[in-house]
Amino acid sequence: MNRIDQRFTDLRAAGKKGFVAYIAAGDPSLEITREIVLALEEAGADIIELGLPFSDPLADGIVNQMAADRALKAGATTAKIIELIKDIRTVSQVPLVLFTYLNPIYTYGFERFHADAAAAGADGVLVLDLPPDEAVLNKELMEGAGLRNIRLIAPTTPKERIALIGQEAQGFIYYVSREGVTGAQTSLATGIGEQVALIQSASQTPVAVGFGISNPDQARTVASMADAVVVGSAIVKLIEQHGTSPDLLVKLRDFVKPLVDAVKSV
Amino acid sequence: MSSSPQSPPIQLPDEHGHFGPYGGMFVPETLMAALKELTAEYERAKTDEAFHAELNHLLANYVGRPTPLYFAERWTQKLGGAKIYLKREDLLHTGAHKINNAIGQILLAKRLGKTRIIAETGAGQHGVATATVAARAGLECVIYMGKVDMERQALNVARMRFLGAEVRGVTAGQATLKEAVNEAMRDWVTNVRHTHYILGTAYGAHPYPMMVRDFHRVIGIEARRQILAAEGRLPDLLIACVGGGSNAIGLFHPFLEDNGVRMTGVEAGGDGIIPERHAARFQGGRLGVLQGAKTYLLADEDGQIQLTHSVSAGLDYAAVGPEHAWLHDQKRVQYTYATDKEALEAFQSLSRIEGIIPALESSHALANAIKVAPQMSSDQIIIVNVSGRGDKDVAQAARFVFGEDLKF
Repeated sequence: MNRIDQRFTDLRAAGKKGFVAYIAAGDPSLEITREIVLALEEAGADIIELGLPFSDPLADGIVNQMAADRALKAGATTAKIIELIKDIRTVSQVPLVLFTYLNPIYTYGFERFHADAAAAGADGVLVLDLPPDEAVLNKELMEGAGLRNIRLIAPTTPKERIALIGQEAQGFIYYVSREGVTGAQTSLATGIGEQVALIQSASQTPVAVGFGISNPDQARTVASMADAVVVGSAIVKLIEQHGTSPDLLVKLRDFVKPLVDAVKSV
Repeated sequence: MSSSPQSPPIQLPDEHGHFGPYGGMFVPETLMAALKELTAEYERAKTDEAFHAELNHLLANYVGRPTPLYFAERWTQKLGGAKIYLKREDLLHTGAHKINNAIGQILLAKRLGKTRIIAETGAGQHGVATATVAARAGLECVIYMGKVDMERQALNVARMRFLGAEVRGVTAGQATLKEAVNEAMRDWVTNVRHTHYILGTAYGAHPYPMMVRDFHRVIGIEARRQILAAEGRLPDLLIACVGGGSNAIGLFHPFLEDNGVRMTGVEAGGDGIIPERHAARFQGGRLGVLQGAKTYLLADEDGQIQLTHSVSAGLDYAAVGPEHAWLHDQKRVQYTYATDKEALEAFQSLSRIEGIIPALESSHALANAIKVAPQMSSDQIIIVNVSGRGDKDVAQAARFVFGEDLKF
């Protein structure tokens, strides 16, 4: 069974909510990313999203833009990140999702990307600028087997479209909780509960909620409404601050553990 | 009315915004609803006589259409070949063709009930056009512009501010047009419910490439009528510069079915075709997806967008409009490039011989005319689109030509 599906099956059986962590692969280096992934798993992350850096991340806020920039400068490439996943798989079975934009994987070759990433041990892919409409219209974007295609739903997505996306969703649905780019926010968006309920009425696929969640209170509130909570920029920010320091992994665990505990307390 | 965005003779794009394999809607989910809403409203406006009446009234009385098709007699003699006509988009209000599109889109924004306008700008001409129509409509306006472009187009920054727009400098990456588009898209994703994004070129996600083209078709429609009146026949060759490609597609599109009319799109050759020193996407570009569209773009072997360079901020962009990619593959339009040096020479040549100071963008098209006109016979006809005037470029050109910084 695909690791993402297995994890949500297990979570549901245990009556627990999931915690999804996002990091930029290759920031500050691929070697440290490997350590970060293992530390996040140890802190209780159920699924880890690895950002595959792109030069023009137009759906990302400044924190993730700068992280992608650092990763590219440090030499991260699609091929090296696939190698990294292969390496992680020798020591960990944590579900891994590649989170990126279309151009890097289009250039790599869409079909080849799916095949290589799945063979390396990736479980899903989320392409921010590939709406399902285009995925079916472009022959070369026919998705290969192996990777779950994680779809986005936004607050602006109309009801009929939610039904359409919900029906063909795989792995989990990523509900973008606010209009805007990635990045921590001081307050939660409104209407999350209603939208998630609407998605859940249209689809059996688990719903993870992200964008703007950065502290345990927010995580707990969102966990009570959805199947999983995604925290990204707040973790990336921490990596930015302590990236090459020997304290990084300790700081990371200290930050992530309370978020996980909050999600698991629901 | 002849100057309305009518149904084009070639029915592209298809309903999904595809020009053959190019174009499309490659955007984050948050924007999909807004793009579909915009497409639907645009389709309604196209068949609404009141919309066309208002647009045509504004084009005639505010924008300054029709623009002349001017026979450049002295320049023709000097080059010694084909007769050269200049389509004078530089004479429009705000100084470039960009306002044809901005005025159309602001009417759509009002129909959609949007209260805030955003735009990106490279050379500043689209920013000025957008700030202008937003001022006239009484709408809040924010323009995103790369910091590097703000320096080389300082005059236009001041104009936008006088027009009431807030100009937000973008420092990311190369700090030019591409980064300004990223920042405008981020703003739109955040404020999409009440904001309309007036994208300034025939680029981006559907419906922009189609809609921007349609608003600029008036250039070609007029030119076709004017050359028939002046010469009693169609031209042999059309030449226009291509950044995103809005002025070129506006001139070319109404002639696409005239098989005897050849067309040349001129990209920015910068310092020559050396990686990261030019913006000529058809010279070594590859297929990819950027900022909403699938097209030819300048990227490295890992899909990262490459740096670009051009003396002209308006052509300094890593991707080309999807319809141009299609016309390129169909071989209906030939694409070539002019270097910075060639463009600067054309800039000076037209200024001295015809008394017309062209924009550095348009100077790329003129540079191509300098090359090809002498190889053609004196009974052949070329139309060059002078897409904008060069006032904004005077300081930049003086630095290159006289080697001195102008003080205003």
